Amino acid sequence: MIEVRGLTKRFGDTLAVDDLTFSVPPGVVTGFLGPNGAGKSTTMRMILGLDRPTKGTALINGRPYRHAAQPMREVGALLDAKDVHGGRSARKHLLALAQSNGIPSRRVDEVLTLVGLESVAKRRIKGFSLGMSQRLGIAATMLGDPQVLLFDEPVNGLDPEGILWIRNFMRSLAAEGRTVFVSSHLMSEMSLTADHLVVIGRGRLIADVSTKDFIAGGSTNHVRVRTPHEDRLIAALGERGITTTRVGTYLELRGITCDDVGELAAARQITIHELFQERASLEEAFMELTRDSVEYQAPGVQA
Amino acid sequence: MSETATMDRSARIPEPAGSGSTLSHVMRSEWTKLFSVRSTGWTLLALVAATVGLGILASWGTNHSWNHMSASDRASFDATGTSLSGLALGQLAIAVLGVLIVSSEYSTGGIRTTFTTVPNRMRLLAGKTIVFTAVALVAGWIASFAAFFAGQPWFSERGIGASLSDPGVLRGVIGGGLYLGASGLFGLAMGLLLRRTAGAITVAIAALLVLPGLTNLLPGAWGNAVVRYFLSNAGQQIAFVHQSGNHLTPWVGFGVYCLWFAIPLVVGAWLMHHRDA
Repeated sequence: MIEVRGLTKRFGDTLAVDDLTFSVPPGVVTGFLGPNGAGKSTTMRMILGLDRPTKGTALINGRPYRHAAQPMREVGALLDAKDVHGGRSARKHLLALAQSNGIPSRRVDEVLTLVGLESVAKRRIKGFSLGMSQRLGIAATMLGDPQVLLFDEPVNGLDPEGILWIRNFMRSLAAEGRTVFVSSHLMSEMSLTADHLVVIGRGRLIADVSTKDFIAGGSTNHVRVRTPHEDRLIAALGERGITTTRVGTYLELRGITCDDVGELAAARQITIHELFQERASLEEAFMELTRDSVEYQAPGVQA
Repeated sequence: MSETATMDRSARIPEPAGSGSTLSHVMRSEWTKLFSVRSTGWTLLALVAATVGLGILASWGTNHSWNHMSASDRASFDATGTSLSGLALGQLAIAVLGVLIVSSEYSTGGIRTTFTTVPNRMRLLAGKTIVFTAVALVAGWIASFAAFFAGQPWFSERGIGASLSDPGVLRGVIGGGLYLGASGLFGLAMGLLLRRTAGAITVAIAALLVLPGLTNLLPGAWGNAVVRYFLSNAGQQIAFVHQSGNHLTPWVGFGVYCLWFAIPLVVGAWLMHHRDA
C-alpha cells in the first residue's frame, strides 16, 4: 500500500508536484498516467525517499521509505534501467544489491533466470541493449520478493515482445496480491495493463478512477449505426430530439443507447445493417482530460 | 530471448531468509562493488607502482649525488623519508579511487539504485567509508613497506640507510601507509562534496600536489604557519624520521591532516543526507 498525502515539490519557481493525494492499493495494477513533464517521476522519487517533498508525505506500508527496516523486502523499484554502473557484470551488480540487504546469493541466479538473462550474467552491463537493461532492472526489483513495486515508464523503448512480457509480468505480480504502481505517458498501454488509474497533469491530480470508468467517462461515447434507410431513421430520431452526424458510411448518435436505437428501428420497420456502441479509447479520454494541463505546460518542468 | 517471453512461474521463489539492511550487509555489498569494477585494480596497482617507483628513483638519485651534497644537507638526510618520496604520487592514485567510489555512483545514476535498495544513506556512507578505508590502508601499507625496502639498498654501501629497528623508522613506514589511507579519504570527501568525477579529481590533485608547494611562496610568519598546517605539508611529517624546523611533529601533523579530510567528509555526509538524489 502506497499513500500519498498533500505531496508537493517545488524546484525554484516551478511547482513540479502540486498537492497530490492518492493511494495505491494492493492486488491491482495502478497506472500513473500523465503527459511528459507532468511530475510522475518526481512523485515516484519522493515516494522512494530519493527527493525530499517541499510539503506533504509519502508512505509505503505506513511509513516513509527511508525508515524501512528491510528495504528490498518491502519495495522493488525500477526508475531508470540505465541507473547502473556499466563496468560491472550483471551478476556482480545484482550480487552487490542482494548483499546490501542480506539476501542470499542463490537468489541472484534465481532472478537472472526469472528475467531470462542467465546466459549474459557475466557480461558487463555497458553492452546491454535497452531491453536487456530493463530485464536486469526488473531482476533487481525482484531480489527481495517485495510486496510493493514501482516501475517508471517500464515499456519505453521496448520491442513488442518485451512490452508484452512486462505487461504480463506486472499483471501477474498484482494477481499475487502485490501493490503495483506503474507510470506511463502511453494511454493505450495503460488501458491494457492497469486496473486503476491515477492521472496527473502539471503536477496536479486530474483523476483517480478505475480504468473502465475512465474510458466510459470520456465525453465522446456514442452509438454508430449503418442503415440503407438513413432519411427515415434520421427523421425518427429527430422526433426524439436526437441529433445525428454522418461519419463515412455511418450515422453517429449521441445521447441514446444501442438498445433504444434497435427498438426504434424495429417499431418503424427500418432495416439496420450495423449497430454498435463506440467507446472512446483511453487515449481520447486522456487527451480530453489533460488538454488544459498540457496547454499551459510550463517549459522546462522535470519529468 | 523469446523463450522467456512468458514467465516461468516456478521461478518465483520462497522468501529469502534473513533480509534486512545492517551495516555489515552494506559493507559486504560495498566490497563487492569496489572489486567488481576494473578501475579499482588499476588505481591500486598505480598506487603501489608510483610509490615504490618514485621512492627508488629518489633513493638512487640521493645516493648518486651524495658526494656533492653540503654537510648540512647530509646532516638532515632522512633515509626513511627519502625512500618514501613516492607518497607524493601515490597519494594521488588513492585519492582518485576515493573520488571514484562516490562520484562514479552519481555520474552513472547508480546512486538512485543504491539509495532505493539502502534508503538509510548514512548507513550506506558508513559502510562505504569503512570498506574503502580498510582497503586504502592495506594497499597503503603494502606500498609504503615496499618502497622502504626497495629504497634502502641504495644507501647501504655508504652506511647511511635506515632499519626498521632504528628509532622512529617503523613509525615512519607505518605512517606512510596511514598517510595514503588519509589521502584516500580526502578524495572520498571531495567526491561527496562535488559528486562529479572530473571536478573532484581536479580539486584533489590541486589540494594534495600543487597548492602545498605554492604555500612556500607566502611571506612572513603567517606564511610559515600556512605552510606548516597545509594538507600534505602537515600530513607527510608522519613519514619522516627527521623533522625540519618549520614543520609539525609527526603525530600532530597527521592529526591536522585528518582534520583536512574529516571536516569535508562531515559536510559531504550532511549534503548526501539532505540533497535530492
